[in-house]
Amino acid sequence: MDKFTRVAGVAAPLPRINVDTDAIMPKKWCVSITKSGYGEGLFGDWRYDLDGREVPDFVLNRPPYRNATILVAGANYGCGSSRETAVWGHVQFGIRAVVAPSFASIFFENAFKNGLLPVTLPEPVVQQMLDQLAAAPGATMEVDLVAQTVTGPDGARHSFTTDPARREALLQGLDDIGVTLTHAAAIDSFQAADRRNRFWAWPAETKARRAV
Amino acid sequence: MTARTLFDKLWDTHVVADLGAGGTLVHIDRHMLHDLTSPQAFSGLALAGRKVRNPELTFATADHIVATDPGRGDETVPGGTEMIRALRKNTAEAGIIHFDIGDVRQGIVHVIASELGIALPGTTLVCGDSHTCTLGALGAWSWGIGTSEVEHTLATQTLIVRRPRTMRIVFSGRLRPGVSAKDMALYMIGRIGTGGATGYAVEYAGPAVSALGMDGRFTLCNMGVEAGARAAMVAPDETTFAYVAGRPFAPAGAALDQAVAAWRALPSDDGARFDREIEIDASAIAPQVTWGTSPEQVVDVDGRIPDPESESDANRRQAMKQALAYMDLMPGSTIAGIRIDKVFIGSCTNSRLADLREAAAILRGRKVAPGVRALAVPGSGLVKRAAEAEGLDHVFRDAGFEWREPGCSMCAGLNADKVAPRERCVSTANRNFEGRQGPLARTHLASPAMAAAAAVAGRIVDARQLA
Repeated sequence: MDKFTRVAGVAAPLPRINVDTDAIMPKKWCVSITKSGYGEGLFGDWRYDLDGREVPDFVLNRPPYRNATILVAGANYGCGSSRETAVWGHVQFGIRAVVAPSFASIFFENAFKNGLLPVTLPEPVVQQMLDQLAAAPGATMEVDLVAQTVTGPDGARHSFTTDPARREALLQGLDDIGVTLTHAAAIDSFQAADRRNRFWAWPAETKARRAV
Repeated sequence: MTARTLFDKLWDTHVVADLGAGGTLVHIDRHMLHDLTSPQAFSGLALAGRKVRNPELTFATADHIVATDPGRGDETVPGGTEMIRALRKNTAEAGIIHFDIGDVRQGIVHVIASELGIALPGTTLVCGDSHTCTLGALGAWSWGIGTSEVEHTLATQTLIVRRPRTMRIVFSGRLRPGVSAKDMALYMIGRIGTGGATGYAVEYAGPAVSALGMDGRFTLCNMGVEAGARAAMVAPDETTFAYVAGRPFAPAGAALDQAVAAWRALPSDDGARFDREIEIDASAIAPQVTWGTSPEQVVDVDGRIPDPESESDANRRQAMKQALAYMDLMPGSTIAGIRIDKVFIGSCTNSRLADLREAAAILRGRKVAPGVRALAVPGSGLVKRAAEAEGLDHVFRDAGFEWREPGCSMCAGLNADKVAPRERCVSTANRNFEGRQGPLARTHLASPAMAAAAAVAGRIVDARQLA
């Protein structure tokens, strides 16, 4: 996984609540077996019209925001489908941090696994940032995971908290599966005991299975 | 001993290791795979030189991208055929059972997991799909994950989990006639909001929940994620045990006896503490219809579309305005009477036999209104076969519905089954998001009875008038 320590740059405002993953990565762009090409699909149905032309008003199509590295959005960001392509889309577009009052659980989980930092700040603070970004298009912000601070467009610094293990994983770019495999002995002994204690929970070699 | 909730008990039996600040390593008893979110997980495994740890606990089917036309094969939308074939190849190489196109057991992953007896009370189950919460209806801890966690589960048969808070939603009283589990779910989401249960594992309880059959419980749990809950569940009872017994992959004989004994101990203890409790009077629920682009934007069928100006929260007001513009609706107008172009009966929310019966009861002897295209998509090959055995296919076809092959179809809008730009669809699915059923498509979520009634009337109408 890509490491994340800090990101500074243009912040794009997306003043909407309940931005769902169907909007973030519309279906047209998520039917693929590859892990690349999703930057183009990010917010695809908002970025392009039905003929595939750019919608000039959409924030990421406006000049200062084409190079945005931070997104500031409304509450319950990333709700809906579990599609991880929604997270890949941010990273491949160049956005490495999303600042919002709250996130949907699956998106939040997926983000940490791909070097995208979801930062939760109080709603009034996020609202103030959205207002400042609207007033000064192209304004920059900084998200620092080492110090756990967000520097707003006005230079004011806001602290945030992150789950310590998730923070460490991002800072070091750890491979989650590799870490879990260091507990292989614990998994072995759990399964050995479980096969005895809950033998009903282990599929028998039934007729149904053999019929496959 | 401290009184424990259903969730506490599920948690306790699945802890492999406490990782301290790093969360908890939890054993996954069942892992369901499908075409859309698994190919990159298998490539990730191959890249790292890792193997599938427990193929015998892993099951697969193709549902999201498959075509639903009669006589279909692998061919579907661009990129989709490749995903279907990748799933076939990956599962064959790993020794994972795959319910493929052409197998009567193929269907929507959350429908087949329960009907084949793969998902069981007292188990943990994950799948790379947010609606995996559906299977909590069995008294299981079942939740949706992304592709990285699919890969993690394939490699380790565990996941690292942060313990969620617990919420109990009690439906007191009895449902009125013509009101079903879908209405309970939409009503609840309208009350607590689409982020109302974020961070919680939800348990549904109360007499109106106990009175539901399993198909209704699946519908209710299915919509849990639309309130933000990653997992939703119902305590197992005699209805559950009767449902599970005799299913192909379920325990049988002595193993079933031992299982049922264990399952009887699962319901929340008296006095168990939940972090949040909500009570809803089931007798106050009317048939629900969404008017906006979030499942929380919902009204009673005899209600009016709300006016954003009466909303005090600025962000919600803005969201309402955007939804009204997208849906091309006027505040203050009645939801009943809105003309529609398409009707979709299907999805992991409402594609089971009870749902098809509910719709067929409205359709019997009636015709779909001129100009309306109506699709019925059974949740699985087995649902389809059972429906045909009682003649429901004739009811749907005679009314003018298309009777199609199983899959996610027009809910996910990933295959060719789409709603055209600016067309309006009444759907029994779970999401009315912008573009969910196709770019610029307008979706109204409702129960199977309400969708069938809309098909007949050509507009949104109270199904109770046709019952």
